[in-house]
Amino acid sequence: MRTLGAGGLARGLGFTACLLAFPFLFPEHWVVNIGIFTVMYMVLATSWNILGGFAGYLSLGHAAFFGLGAYAEAIAFEHIGIGSGYRPFAVLPLIGIGVAVLAVPIAWVALRVRAATFAIVTISLLFIVQQLAFNLHSLTNGAQGLSMPIPPFSVSTYELPFYLAMVGVWAAAVLASWYVATGKIGLMLFAIRDDEERARGVGVRVTFAKMVAFVLSAGLAGMAGGIFAYYEGFIYPQFAIDPLVTIGAVLMAFLGGRGTIWGPTLGALILVPTQQYLAFSQGASQLYLIAYAAVFLTIMLIMPRGIIPSVADFVVARRPKNGAPRSGEPATPVTGVPS
Amino acid sequence: MHLAIQAVILGLLTGGVYALMASGLTLAFGIMRVINVAQGAMIVAGAFASYTLFTDFHVDPFVSILVMTPVAFAAGVILQVVFLRPLRSDEREDLSLLVTWAIALGFEGVLSYVYQTTYRATLPGYVNRSLTVLGYRISVVRLAAFGVSCLILAVLYVTLHRTRFGRAIRATVQNPMSANLLGVDAQRVSAYGFGISVATATAAGAVFGMVEPFNPGSHYDLISRLLTIVVLGGLGSLGGAVVAALFMGVAEAVLAAEISPTWSSLTFFVILIAVLLFRPQGLLGTAERGAL
Repeated sequence: MRTLGAGGLARGLGFTACLLAFPFLFPEHWVVNIGIFTVMYMVLATSWNILGGFAGYLSLGHAAFFGLGAYAEAIAFEHIGIGSGYRPFAVLPLIGIGVAVLAVPIAWVALRVRAATFAIVTISLLFIVQQLAFNLHSLTNGAQGLSMPIPPFSVSTYELPFYLAMVGVWAAAVLASWYVATGKIGLMLFAIRDDEERARGVGVRVTFAKMVAFVLSAGLAGMAGGIFAYYEGFIYPQFAIDPLVTIGAVLMAFLGGRGTIWGPTLGALILVPTQQYLAFSQGASQLYLIAYAAVFLTIMLIMPRGIIPSVADFVVARRPKNGAPRSGEPATPVTGVPS
Repeated sequence: MHLAIQAVILGLLTGGVYALMASGLTLAFGIMRVINVAQGAMIVAGAFASYTLFTDFHVDPFVSILVMTPVAFAAGVILQVVFLRPLRSDEREDLSLLVTWAIALGFEGVLSYVYQTTYRATLPGYVNRSLTVLGYRISVVRLAAFGVSCLILAVLYVTLHRTRFGRAIRATVQNPMSANLLGVDAQRVSAYGFGISVATATAAGAVFGMVEPFNPGSHYDLISRLLTIVVLGGLGSLGGAVVAALFMGVAEAVLAAEISPTWSSLTFFVILIAVLLFRPQGLLGTAERGAL
């Protein structure tokens, strides 16, 4: 049942090739720096989407797992001594698995409630992890934070390894999304999103499906956090576990189209460079917050379903086919996943 | 023991203020299934407004509540009409979280632009005065803050239970469709309900500014506590919110006194998770729509 059309394959490979070629075409440090953050948010939005988009469980605590990953990387250096160079990248899969394992009991508690209550529990999770980062002094060094080694990469291509590692995690996130969305788990998640009680009634293992989505989503965010910590070289609680990171990822998924495979990537591709531009041009962070809020509200009010579903509807409505909706009738809503 | 009782007194007084803050949040949820994440930012905005009224115009913070609440009510009605009304009803519960989060960021941005990020506190002359009752010290400001919170909550209670408009609100909370069929204008109730919610937030802000220092970023901390309180009390339940607020206030103060202040802020979340494990609908909530 899992098929990949030539179009989908070409789209995936073509976009990945563009991402890989980007730092070689535009090697300026500040451009690659923006590239790293763009791909990082692509990972965050795509991984958020696995739970928030496919299953309809709006998590506002995504940054907690990002922060756990960041701290795991820094702690692995500080207390275990993984060394410098490329070795911190090599532990990333372990960090992903570690964060995913930590997420299992959290998912079990959080997924007992739905909708608004779930969102609130996940916000609380964010603040719990932040408080722990402050208070577990022996492990995290509290408010002073932890530093990572400065890697011995050549100065002219310093950002490149971080960028490529981030692209690797992004590819994993998109593949995971695709695998989930086109498979049985995806069907289970869509059923949950539409009507959880009914899904349970017809025998869908709702708890299992939701847990898989939650844990996958958490592990991917953790890996992005690991690269972030190494790239920044220094993390402290408010910086690594930041509510703005959550809200950024959610906003991007909404902009691109939540519940689609490419939507979150598209959203990040549009918003992060814009955000970086605003931050550079406006300087003062307060104006940047106001601009951010304005962009957010505009998107929510004008296009609450996101770019990809809106465009897909438009294309479907324009293309008359056998069994196409008669004029005057609304186009059939796009269920499943338009990619 | 003396320390513990002192902590209980402090916790009850703080809990009363939390109750006022949480009342608007739970009311807005009950009426229109909207979680107002901006409640914390509105409280902080109220605190700044009363700070400015006090430092620049020498208006007593308690008096400033009378000036600010009508303005806040109007602002709340406008916010509801512009940002919340357009949301489709089947997505409102989810999308309202994000919309109000954006509103919170907007508030934070404007406040940091006007006031910068330094911590402020509204300090009227009587701020350090305290009473001694049976050997326990009670801060006058905290006592007054508690009293004002109780008074406003009482006004809210009477409005909900003794007026025509209050009956329309309660009907909407219990069953919006039947209320609509019986002639309740749900749009108007929602707008005015949100106005009341913002007005209570502002009033709570004036009080909050005297008992805690605040800056534009304080709303994250506030909203995380308030959300915990309303979930604990059962979303949409006013009585539940008051009980949960008092309970949380006391639990936090006692733990801060007996164990360690650095860990006491985690109490909220630990209690929240413990409650959700055993009673997902909250302490006084119902599995169905809430009753005020």
